[in-house]
Amino acid sequence: MAILQQESSPRMLRDLGTSPRVLDVTDLATQFKTSDGVVHAVNGVSFHLDAGETLGIVGESGCGKTVTVLSMLRLIPEPPGRVIRGQAVFLGKDLLKMTPDEIRQVRGAQIAMVFQDPMTSFNPVLTIGRQLTEPLEIHLGMTGKQANARAAELLEIVGIPKAADRLGDYPHQFSGGMRQRVMIAMALSCTPQILIADEPTTALDVTIQAQIVELVKRLRDEIGMAIIWITHDLGIIAGLAQRVAVMYGGYIIEHAPVRELYANPLHPYTIGLIGSLPRLDRRRERLESIDGLPPTLYEEPKYCPFADRCTFVHDRCRQENPPLIQVAPHHEAACWVDVRTGGLRA
Amino acid sequence: MTEAAAIEAPVAAAAPDDILLRVDHLVKHFPITRGIIIQRVIGAVRAVDDISFEVRRGETFGLVGESGCGKSTTGRTILQLYPPTSGHVYFEGQDLVGLNGNDMRRMRRRMQMIFQDPYASLNPRMTVGEIIGEPLIVHQTVRGPAILQRVDELLELVGLNPAFSNRYPHEFSGGQRQRIGVARALALNPAFIVCDEPISALDVSIQAQVVNLLDDLQDKFGLTYLFIAHDLSMVRHICDRVAVMYLGVLVEQAERDELYTQPLHPYSQALLSAVPVADPQVEEKRKRIILEGDVPSPANPPSGCRFRTRCWLAEKVCAEKVPAWREILPGHWVACHLVDSSGALTPGVSGEGR
Repeated sequence: MAILQQESSPRMLRDLGTSPRVLDVTDLATQFKTSDGVVHAVNGVSFHLDAGETLGIVGESGCGKTVTVLSMLRLIPEPPGRVIRGQAVFLGKDLLKMTPDEIRQVRGAQIAMVFQDPMTSFNPVLTIGRQLTEPLEIHLGMTGKQANARAAELLEIVGIPKAADRLGDYPHQFSGGMRQRVMIAMALSCTPQILIADEPTTALDVTIQAQIVELVKRLRDEIGMAIIWITHDLGIIAGLAQRVAVMYGGYIIEHAPVRELYANPLHPYTIGLIGSLPRLDRRRERLESIDGLPPTLYEEPKYCPFADRCTFVHDRCRQENPPLIQVAPHHEAACWVDVRTGGLRA
Repeated sequence: MTEAAAIEAPVAAAAPDDILLRVDHLVKHFPITRGIIIQRVIGAVRAVDDISFEVRRGETFGLVGESGCGKSTTGRTILQLYPPTSGHVYFEGQDLVGLNGNDMRRMRRRMQMIFQDPYASLNPRMTVGEIIGEPLIVHQTVRGPAILQRVDELLELVGLNPAFSNRYPHEFSGGQRQRIGVARALALNPAFIVCDEPISALDVSIQAQVVNLLDDLQDKFGLTYLFIAHDLSMVRHICDRVAVMYLGVLVEQAERDELYTQPLHPYSQALLSAVPVADPQVEEKRKRIILEGDVPSPANPPSGCRFRTRCWLAEKVCAEKVPAWREILPGHWVACHLVDSSGALTPGVSGEGR
């Protein structure tokens, strides 16, 4: 079944004659004003995304991975949040400078998002059919009848049995895995160029997670969309992404192609994270834990945010915050220390 | 224990005094009722449906399965937090089912529980010192100022500063709260602890801290753990023997390495193949068994083998007969019609197709 219905979509990249880069984020920073002080959630992150590739953003809770993509899509509630600087250039236009109308044209149509909890991200009092047809009518200008037919087709694509009969069902009538499939169907409805998946399988069981990951991989290959997959699970990313950015304390602290990152991590945090994972395929004697706690983010770090938990720490780490620099071919890390020697970088 | 028994113990049935806990045909059904004033029972959620296993002294026994499979209910029913519908639980030879309140309270000193959610399992209005000291007061194992001393000792044991005993749970991070939960569980010097998903609410780097702590405490005090989890990688790391549960029943049980290297039950195979490995080179070569559909409702489980509706090998016999729980290889139990007596999965064993 063809997923791309309008094969000569004007949004396709080749028609634009641009480079295959679809997204370029530079120095994005977001803060939240709370009663306890200003939370420095994202402190200047830069990354890019090429057409058709999958970028994994990995980090623990509170590291800023979700806020990064929400800021990019202007989904941060203001106040209390505020994007204080940065650019997010999507196909030549800065998302952060678009008018509300323009950004609404992009969201859901060209950049779609799948959220962690499929229960809270649906409207519980609208049928699945209504929620699926809405973007089709708004973004693609379909009539009600066309939209209904397309909605049934989309549900079938994501593997929902008896799709046409289920359009009248409400979200609670679907299981968690099925709900996430509907969510993906909705995200794909306007054939987006970028799919942002924010921990889409975290709430699911492992056999259902495998179903969803398999589905997304298949759709990616068929549609050719680029994916940003946000997760705390280094396991999922290993089999899914081409490049991985590791976040900590509101910064990207390491960025590399997936094989390089796992085989040759160069930031002490990434090393610790990989070392703390138990393995299914072999047994480690003891897990290497990272002592201490993640930073609270109430102050903009004046030195390396990981220094207080780091086993490689030098004096310089407590004086200056290291920038993300190239440390090996296609491999960036934000660390003053060369972990291969234990000494400071030249 | 005699010399001969000691040598045979790991493979053959362990000597009786080596068994700390024996679960014997345990059943727990929750009634489904209709009506507000006159409540009629119209069915039952068969959360745990006839399971039997033994936990040896000093080991970590893993109980794995997906959400809703009944693993947490099993843990709670063992500790008599839920009264079992039928079956027996023998702890150090003593049947816990039907014990009166006083006798049960005395037994509870020997067995404790660590809960999944460190945010929900600590009373927000009690200080950490009160939380950890409460079991000491209830059971009167130590009195007066000795309680404070014991609380400090326990805090230190789990890696927290004893000066924190006047603080409230919200002042701690998730990992620290789970340490408080561990300290409370240890307060009465138990022999046995049910760990119900103790790390699944924690961040990856913090999980390793808590797992290492549990490991150290086990070495130090000779504790026996029943480790309930859905994270199969962590279970492989921490457990000595593992049982796999599906929809209220055990489908397979074996020594850790045997289960992970040669799972026999189709469900165990699918479950293990679904777990991602944090290594791109391994992931590229792995073949996944993708199960279709969802877990059926435990209120209305399929006839015969409960896994048959999602099993890609299911045959006619699977719908007709409940597969027996058999010891196929020494120490390796499985409930599947298609596993033959040599321990091989042989579709077509019933002589009839699907």
